[in-house]
Amino acid sequence: MTSAANPSPRGLGVRLWSWRYFMLRRLSQFGILLLFFGTAHWGWQVAKDVQLLIGNLSASEFVGLFPMADPFATLQIFVTGHLLQQKVIIGALIVLAFYALVGGRVYCAWVCPVNLVTDLAGWLRQRFGIPAPTYLGRNTRYFVLAASLVLSALMGVAAFEWVSPIGMMQREIIFGFGLGFQALLAIFLFDLLILKHGWCGHLCPLGAFWSVVGRRTAQVRVRFDKTTCTHCGDCAKVCPEPQVLNLKRLEEVGYVYSGECSNCGRCTPVCPEGSLRFDLRPLIRRHNIEAGKGHEQ
Amino acid sequence: MAEANVTRRDFLVKLAQGTSLAATGAFLWAHLLRQEARAQPYALRPPGALSELDFNAMCIKCGQCVTACPYDTLKLAPAGGGIPIGTPHFTPRKVPCYLCPDIPCMNACPTGALSPELKNINDSRMGLAVIDIENCLSWKGLRCEICHRECPLKGKAITLETHPRQLSKHAMFVPLVHSDACTGCGICERACPTQEAAIRILPHNLVQGKIGEHYRLGWTFETEITQDFKPAAPAAPAAPAEVPKQAPGMDYLNQGL
Repeated sequence: MTSAANPSPRGLGVRLWSWRYFMLRRLSQFGILLLFFGTAHWGWQVAKDVQLLIGNLSASEFVGLFPMADPFATLQIFVTGHLLQQKVIIGALIVLAFYALVGGRVYCAWVCPVNLVTDLAGWLRQRFGIPAPTYLGRNTRYFVLAASLVLSALMGVAAFEWVSPIGMMQREIIFGFGLGFQALLAIFLFDLLILKHGWCGHLCPLGAFWSVVGRRTAQVRVRFDKTTCTHCGDCAKVCPEPQVLNLKRLEEVGYVYSGECSNCGRCTPVCPEGSLRFDLRPLIRRHNIEAGKGHEQ
Repeated sequence: MAEANVTRRDFLVKLAQGTSLAATGAFLWAHLLRQEARAQPYALRPPGALSELDFNAMCIKCGQCVTACPYDTLKLAPAGGGIPIGTPHFTPRKVPCYLCPDIPCMNACPTGALSPELKNINDSRMGLAVIDIENCLSWKGLRCEICHRECPLKGKAITLETHPRQLSKHAMFVPLVHSDACTGCGICERACPTQEAAIRILPHNLVQGKIGEHYRLGWTFETEITQDFKPAAPAAPAAPAEVPKQAPGMDYLNQGL
């Protein structure tokens, strides 16, 4: 997106390469929806009576043997005081383990369909230079997270699942159209006109949940090379969660540490020095030692 | 000192603002939940569904039952459709439940909102068929009886009864639904030939009454009056020996004489 802002005489191949994570993310987001849609509407099967991916993002079953479930939805139901069946609990643990390894908010940037809407709003806001009239703390989402658990316990239903625009969007794409687009339109306008990165960066309790999950265990992180960084700030301009690019913290730890980083990969192609790169956490340590200064966590 | 005061005031104001914002949000949210989850009692649920409150709490809205249904009976409620959002339901007049013996929808449910305790599909209670006798063709005297013939539990869930007809010696044959066998599958509602179905499925709590446990139906064989019905006992001290050797029911009825 920044490369569009300053059209340099670079070749198409280079431009496309700089959008690699953007395209992969869209591929992943649409691909996952397509797998659900194809199984629900066209009966996609891997073998006779073994369906490819049945269900939706709340809970599903992959090739008939391995269940998946949204751990946050499962937690809300658990909090209402209902005993869940083994299948959904195993599914929630599988999904939890996966995101704990790759980074919790990988869900937000690579899977969540609402990200398509908020990314569009964010891009338009940047393109037309819409000013940000409101301020809201980025930690608001953790209060919404706590509130959704408290309300689940008080009301006896999974509080966020009943109002979730994420749920509405993916259900209505996979299972049939309703009025869910109104909620999405509201989010789009809110992000576009009222609060920059409003929904995903400030309010969404599911994003908050995944921030907490990926915090310590994530193995795929963006590596930071303090020897090459010139503090130009290009990364912070494209980052939807710029607070995770706190330079002091980055220099200390050697990689983007915060659980709020969604591994969207926007920062890596824009960095002119290549100081930000995806890497596996155990390798980051070795790399940073070899980078010369021998200074790491 | 002054600066400290300002900071404290700022803090208190911020706290009050934050609290009121949070409270407003929480109340709105709770209101929305109540609207969504408690408002509509008309949804017909897949076989094995728990009671409506428990079902609403347990259902994770994944739609695996919808995909598992071979007849395309089940739908996930979209937002704003009048049915609790995202939950599975069916509309018998469009596609009824065809009572698969292996219950694929229930087996697909990962949470247990469709309870696996349902072993026999004929024991499912999705709703209850109710007949509008003003618009039922059989009650008009025609030999329709389509609901009876289509019923998968014909003779148990729907029986044909004779009913006297005005100005004719010939009886009418009218369908009668029995709640102890009706699964609420809705095949009758689908089959009903009237413009608007004269037999339709409704959730039990909307149509079924309850007589209460204090009624003793003495003329039925199930009620043993001799065992627990002893109204003479309080009055017993006054007349201890004057009990005639008759049936116990007669005893009570003749007391006032």
